[in-house]
Amino acid sequence: MAILIAAPPAFADALTPESGGSSNANDIDTLYKLTLYVGLVIFLLVEGTLIWSLVKYRARRGGRADQIRGNTPLEIGWTMGAAAILVVLTVVTFLYLDDIENPPASGPGGLSASQAQFASVDQPEPPKSGGPVLNIRVNGQQFIWRYDYPGEGQLFSYEEMVVPTNTTVVLKLEASDVIHSWWIPKFGPKADAVPGYVNETWFKVPKAGVYRGQCAELCGSGHADMRAKVVAVSPDKFQQWAQRKRDEIQAAGETLAKQRKQREQSGEGD
Amino acid sequence: MEAGTATRERRIARPEVALHGPPSEERGWLRWLTTTDHKKIGILYLFATFIFFILGGVEALIMRLQLSQPDNTLIDPETYNGLVTMHGTTMVFLFVVPVLAGFGNYFVPLMIGARDMAFPRLNALSFWLLLFGGIAFYTSVFFEPPQAGWTMYPPLSDDAFSAGGGVDAWIFLIHLTGISSIVGAINFIATIHNMRTRGMSWGRMPLFVWTILVYSYLLVVALPSVAAGVTMLLTDRHFGTGFFDPAAGGDPLLWQHLFWFFGHPEVYIMILPVFGMVSEILPVFARKPIFGYKAIAAATVAIAFLGLLVWAHHMFATPTPTVVLAFFMLSSFTIAVPTGIKIFNWIATLWRGQIVMKTPLYFAAALPGLFVIGGISGVILAIFPVDWYLHDTYFVVAHFHYVLFGGSVFGLFGGLYYWFPKMSGRLMSEALGKVSFWLMFVGFNVTFLVQHSIGLEGMPRRVYDYDESLGVGTYNLISTIGAFILGVGVLVTVVNVLLSLKRGQRAGNDPWQGNTLEWFTSSPPPPNNFDVVPRVRSVEPMKDIRREVAAAATPAETVAQPVAPRSL
Repeated sequence: MAILIAAPPAFADALTPESGGSSNANDIDTLYKLTLYVGLVIFLLVEGTLIWSLVKYRARRGGRADQIRGNTPLEIGWTMGAAAILVVLTVVTFLYLDDIENPPASGPGGLSASQAQFASVDQPEPPKSGGPVLNIRVNGQQFIWRYDYPGEGQLFSYEEMVVPTNTTVVLKLEASDVIHSWWIPKFGPKADAVPGYVNETWFKVPKAGVYRGQCAELCGSGHADMRAKVVAVSPDKFQQWAQRKRDEIQAAGETLAKQRKQREQSGEGD
Repeated sequence: MEAGTATRERRIARPEVALHGPPSEERGWLRWLTTTDHKKIGILYLFATFIFFILGGVEALIMRLQLSQPDNTLIDPETYNGLVTMHGTTMVFLFVVPVLAGFGNYFVPLMIGARDMAFPRLNALSFWLLLFGGIAFYTSVFFEPPQAGWTMYPPLSDDAFSAGGGVDAWIFLIHLTGISSIVGAINFIATIHNMRTRGMSWGRMPLFVWTILVYSYLLVVALPSVAAGVTMLLTDRHFGTGFFDPAAGGDPLLWQHLFWFFGHPEVYIMILPVFGMVSEILPVFARKPIFGYKAIAAATVAIAFLGLLVWAHHMFATPTPTVVLAFFMLSSFTIAVPTGIKIFNWIATLWRGQIVMKTPLYFAAALPGLFVIGGISGVILAIFPVDWYLHDTYFVVAHFHYVLFGGSVFGLFGGLYYWFPKMSGRLMSEALGKVSFWLMFVGFNVTFLVQHSIGLEGMPRRVYDYDESLGVGTYNLISTIGAFILGVGVLVTVVNVLLSLKRGQRAGNDPWQGNTLEWFTSSPPPPNNFDVVPRVRSVEPMKDIRREVAAAATPAETVAQPVAPRSL
């Protein structure tokens, strides 16, 4: 099985899902490949027999077709065979399900508890023991994504989400107008953002880099342009970015307040 | 008193014999407007639905042109979304479902030895509702076509986000075609239950009739759900209700449940009768009985039943508890078993036959070969953690086109080539038929095989453009080229039909050595279908008749055709 999973690399790209951005994406990739191999065997069997029959049993002068009406043992056999394959696929799926669905603990190189502004905020119960999990609220809007980070003071961004590497990031997805769907292919699962619901997905990025994706549920004329970008940086850089961004947002808020006051004082006659 | 009795007796003894004959037929186009003959209605269905098929195909080709290269600017996103919606809606509601009603209309009464459908006027009503549903929908082209996809998910389809009348035109279409289909389905059910000829027990009923019966029951069960859904959507849009509006306490997922509770059975509604056609065509051309008649009939019923229990596999990415997802994964898996049984049975039908390589056989034999690809990708998609990746990508587009084009459309093209001689009295050109087949077969695979990869690379469906950096430009170009090859292939069949109507070789009653009763009557059949209907003694009554004729060696005494020329 290990050999199968380590598949010929030439195959890999065009015939399998993207992966490598997060462990759940890798698990999905493996699960997909296992099913694909089973499927390929069935495919070859069916197409082989079909083509063979069509070539071998063409009408010939004086030929006689066998008047076979059925074969009960054979029919029971292939029914049981098909069912057995599906039982195997079910078992394999459930073996991988936990790792795909449930967020693991953050890794050793991730955001540590001492970088406390994010620790345990917004998080009733850590999924497994280990480092803190970063919870980000994602809001889908026509036609942009908004990300709200936990912690003291406002921290949010649009389109571009910055996250620390080796840290489990749990997304709480909402939508404020129509249904959107969050998807970064290299991170594996997508999740619909449905108005009135909070959906959840997660990822944990081992490597720093930029990961791109886009809205996957038709949401209107700007659907194709509703892109998302996740920038994974080291936890230290992430801290710096977060601090700078918080300061910027605060400063912007203060400037606005100041401008409003000025307008109120100077422009009452307007 | 005695006199009275005598009078009565005389009346009884000498009833007024009124040999009116069939009512005189209207002439010209009026007879098509007023007809209640199941065969004429069948032709009307086939004609109208093929027009819609061409329209839907042109919409698809425009989309493929737009997607042929990254960041293309041929059409704007609003137009693209309109095309996506029109294409999907047209193909599902105005082509595949009603074209099957068309074939059913023409052939169910003939195959069961009946003289018409149970309710001829209702039958005409079904067709006209369908046609006007289609016209009402297509008028939206002149103001604002709907742009929310054929699935019409709210809140996007609510008035706040789709203010134009396009969605209302779509709702109108769903209601009209929905009533059309329900009325038609009840008609089929009544006809098949009550009007089978002497000797045609359930176990001797042609498999196409079995599948039309199951198709009809599925329509009756599934359609009310979408009818309720679109009515709620209509009141949400115009009368201030909030069924699907979370701000008013409604729920957008309610729509998805109502829609897919109809929408998934709809998939089987679109494929089962085509399975029936293939089950008729393969044995005729393999010169063998169908392998496992009972298993195929039972598998049809099983697929229909299970098909009612899998709808939420379209909703794996929504916020839904895992245990629900697991249930729908397992139910979707289960459906692969009866479907697999059918495919194995068809191949076993060909096995050790004497296969006559005519165009209907090409199309019918392509179906298991293509459908199995859609079946395998279907099992992959049913694994919900994998679907979290594949959902709403081009992989799904590839999957359902393998099922609905590779399956349904190839099968019903087989049906068209198979039954065209019966409907017109003339054979279609074999040469053009084979050219059409190979163009369609190659074009189809070039178009859709590569779309699996497009999806796996990360391109979502229903987007009017994509970045060059996604790396799917070449794949999309290949797919577009394939689509045009496919389009030419379809066009060749259209030309073939038009040419053969006037110039085709005369078919005779039974050009293929068929097994079922429609081949007993003349081509095209007379208005009353049959003067006499032979007693049915097996699932292949025509084979029995040929055998009797051969044994009696007095072919002149019967209306049945002797064994057809050896050249077949």
